[in-house]
Amino acid sequence: METLPTIWFVLIAVLWTGYLFLEGFDLGVGMLMKLFARNNTERRVLLNTVGPVWDGNEVWLITAAGAMFAAFPLWYASLFSALYIPLVFVLLGLIFRAVAFEYRGKIDSRRWRDRWDWAIALGSFVSAFGIGAALALTTTGLPLDANGDRVGGPFAWFSWYAVLGGFAVVGFSLVHAAAFLALKTDGAIRERARRLVTRWLPVGLLPLVLWMVLLTYQHGKGISWLLVAVSAVAAFTAWRMAGRGREGWSFLGLGVFLLTGSAAIFGSVFPTVLPSTLNHEWDLTISNASSSPYTLGLMSIVACVGVPLVLAYQGWTYWVFRKRVSASQLPQAHDVVPAVGTV
Amino acid sequence: MEALDIARWQFGITTVYHFLMVPLTIGLGLLVALLQTLWQRSGKEEYLRMTKFWGKLFLINFIMGVATGLVQEFQFGMAWSEYSRFVGDVFGAPLAMESLLAFFIESTFLGLWIFGWKKLPARIHLACLWIAVLGSAVSAYFILVANSWMQHPVGVEMVDGRPRMVDAWAVFTNNTALVAFPHTLTGAVAVAGGFLLGISWYHLWRRRRDGVDTIDADGRVVVGESATIPGRDRTDHAVWIRSLRIGAVVAMIAFAGTAITGDMQGKLMFEQQPMKMAAAEAACHDGTSFSILSIGDPGSKNCSDVTAVIEVPGILSFLAHNDFTTDIKGVNTLVPEYQAKYGTTLPANPIYGDRAGQEIQYVPVMAVTYWGFRIMIGFGGLAALAALVALVLVRKGTVPSSRWLMRLALFSILAPFGANAAGWIFTEMGRQPFVVAPNPQLSGIDQVFMFTAAAVSPGVSAGELIFSLVMLASVYAVLLVVEVRLLFRYVRGGVAAAMPELAHAAKEGPVNLRKSDGASKSDDDEGSGAGGSGGSPGDSDDVLAFAY
Ligand code: HDD
Ligand code: HEM
Ligand code: HEM
Repeated sequence: METLPTIWFVLIAVLWTGYLFLEGFDLGVGMLMKLFARNNTERRVLLNTVGPVWDGNEVWLITAAGAMFAAFPLWYASLFSALYIPLVFVLLGLIFRAVAFEYRGKIDSRRWRDRWDWAIALGSFVSAFGIGAALALTTTGLPLDANGDRVGGPFAWFSWYAVLGGFAVVGFSLVHAAAFLALKTDGAIRERARRLVTRWLPVGLLPLVLWMVLLTYQHGKGISWLLVAVSAVAAFTAWRMAGRGREGWSFLGLGVFLLTGSAAIFGSVFPTVLPSTLNHEWDLTISNASSSPYTLGLMSIVACVGVPLVLAYQGWTYWVFRKRVSASQLPQAHDVVPAVGTV
Repeated sequence: MEALDIARWQFGITTVYHFLMVPLTIGLGLLVALLQTLWQRSGKEEYLRMTKFWGKLFLINFIMGVATGLVQEFQFGMAWSEYSRFVGDVFGAPLAMESLLAFFIESTFLGLWIFGWKKLPARIHLACLWIAVLGSAVSAYFILVANSWMQHPVGVEMVDGRPRMVDAWAVFTNNTALVAFPHTLTGAVAVAGGFLLGISWYHLWRRRRDGVDTIDADGRVVVGESATIPGRDRTDHAVWIRSLRIGAVVAMIAFAGTAITGDMQGKLMFEQQPMKMAAAEAACHDGTSFSILSIGDPGSKNCSDVTAVIEVPGILSFLAHNDFTTDIKGVNTLVPEYQAKYGTTLPANPIYGDRAGQEIQYVPVMAVTYWGFRIMIGFGGLAALAALVALVLVRKGTVPSSRWLMRLALFSILAPFGANAAGWIFTEMGRQPFVVAPNPQLSGIDQVFMFTAAAVSPGVSAGELIFSLVMLASVYAVLLVVEVRLLFRYVRGGVAAAMPELAHAAKEGPVNLRKSDGASKSDDDEGSGAGGSGGSPGDSDDVLAFAY
């Protein structure tokens, strides 16, 4: 077995999992801006729960993509070019979402806010769906030729797996966001968010569970079923704990569910990183898609320093902003008046 | 148009756009950090106001840099998959390091700064901003290492037709990167300097026009204050005059920095990419003269269409070698050299698709390189000159009342942006037809190069690229309008726009803050459920003063 490519496969799986865990709840909070929040105050409470951290969460995505480029350039090139159209939508979704977070509160007008609320909600939905589809497809395969290029036209990537993956990430994000809000807010919102978890958790997690089971069934190794089982137990625990008002445990349960679930998924496909549905000789694997040992070694040193550092200061941020957000703390909205005389 | 051309347009448009936001982020971030440091050292109210006001504009701009940067990161794989496969072993590393070692720092610590005003101890709060600023500099370094490797590949060996990194030290200390880094940073600071200067000028002018400030018989300022205009007190004058002076000085220093580092870049370029420099000079024949004005057929790649109108002998060889007599190779000498080394037609390799067999055009579009170079230097120089003039004009404490000069000051904000964009367009287009330019010095890795024609994704159709180009370009256009309008609004609002407490004070005299529920005169949908309870109204304004 090749050690370095294996390490990097694991690391990239960890980066994607970390991304889904962290950005999962802010994508979900974005969608809940329209599905859950009832008025402007509630929307602002929602925004302020993720305000200090969402950009840092998004960097997990950039790093996951960058790490794929550095460690498995052939995987990065084939996957990203094959999924050209869906990724354009992911990018547009992320662009609108980011700008909306920052600009929404900058003008005190209802129309202005309304538009940006839609941008946040739709942007979050589209990017969550697209990223889910892309991740599902990299585990189930794309019609690639010997060079790793997509054949069959711009929509050749489409399959039910893409839809399944899209709903998996959307569903997980919504549930995760509800659990997060129950943990981070106070008062009536907290109560409603908790009820959202108890009511919707089974439906929300179902697509991800299906994806997990499907892959384990097709390619699973012995331990994969164990991971699936742990994952199911964790989901169940999260559900029960939410019912009992133990928000911290419920959130943690979802974390364990995601971690073991993605371990089952990535573990099943290992050592393939992107199968070709046309000919398995053309599959991209950790050995034929990876960078040279020299580059992987260099990157390993960088990761050994960088990853713990990131975890430390991001952890610190969550600690600094650990207090629950409630409507009574929000500052008054104010409008910007030109500093000019009335002459 | 075929896929290749569309992909190039898309890369050019999205990157130039990204680089409108980037220099302001880097430069203004640095200045805001300095201002907050001054505030904490001196405790002077004006520095706090400067921090808040410029900080607000910084954030409005920052987010656009983030949003457009994402496109950059994805674009290599999406539209340039052959390029990514070819260079991945060496080029992916700095990109991944940029995210891991810089973007995380920037975004996390900026989040702490924005939301941490009352939550963190003052020193730590300030440290967060400095760390974020440092993060943007680190990010610039890594991305420039990646870009410089395309200009001057080092530290690799060819294995199975692909470059493999064998010497990371060489890659990360590429001399091209080591000079591009300070050049780009100083260029960014020049943008921020001009930004401070122009906007402060506008406010000083506004204060005079509204009769807040007047001048005495010697033309010295008599600072006044207004009870009715939000934020127009005496401190407000200090905010703008200081910002203006800081901006002007910074702009001049930064220009000097770009000139010194740019000169170093030029010398490297003569060695590393002689064709780029010849094209930048529209120089057909060997010689020593620097052209001030040459005219020709725009878009032409043919040397004989160019006529030099004004030339200064000796300057070109000074730029290259620090003397006035050494001949510099012109295009006509270089083309045969390139042809001998890298071929006259694109090889019959499937990677080139229909383009195999086409003749290779070694001369970049000369109108672009020639004018790109001159616009960069010219606009930068004009901005520095404007800064000098501004310093002289405000020596008595305020600006002239001329509306015309005020407009000019606002307009001059744009020049450094133009210089930056021109610099990149020149650098990138001057590298054509190569996407990875061959390194002429080290004979061992001479064969490390890639034609742009081979870099585009073979599986992606022209239709898909047109779709993304149209979508991205229209979204970018809309967002640019939104950003600029928002910036205008906050600029016109002055300091009170970033510090609402000043606006309250003006409307109802100091201290007397309204009961919080009555104050919401906006067309809100939640009635008064908002903030009636909990804490004194003064408190609630503080806790999340910067938040959403
Ligand atoms: C890390 C790599 C990298 C970096 C930092 C930049 N570029 Fe670049 N640039 C490329 C990598 C590249 C490229 C992938 O190599 C392109 C695409 C096709 C090509 O000809 O080169 C390119 C092309 C390209 C073009 C079109 C050139 C042509 O069609 O002939 C423009 C105008 C720019 N770039 C401008 C920029 C700007 C404004 C940058 C500042 C942010 C910039 N580049 C940074
Ligand atoms: C073509 C190559 C480039 C790529 C792939 C790229 C990538 C990115 C990405 C992914 C972001 C978003 C980061 C976030 O969300 O926090 C970003 C933003 C930024 N980039 Fe670029 N960039 C490129 C060119 C440049 C250059 C040449 C510079 C500087 C000299 C630069 C400096 C910055 C800065 C300062 C930001 C501000 C926002 C931030 O980092 O969060 N970029 N870039
Ligand atoms: C006398 C002044 C200047 C000289 C001699 C100069 C020289 C150069 C040269 C030779 C390059 C190309 C490097 C290459 O292709 O390898 C370059 C690039 C560039 N210049 Fe300048 N420059 C000057 C002023 C400015 C100013 C005022 C700005 C912006 C405010 C600026 C911004 C840039 C940028 C953004 C690039 C592309 C990035 C890079 O390669 O570093 N330059 N400059």
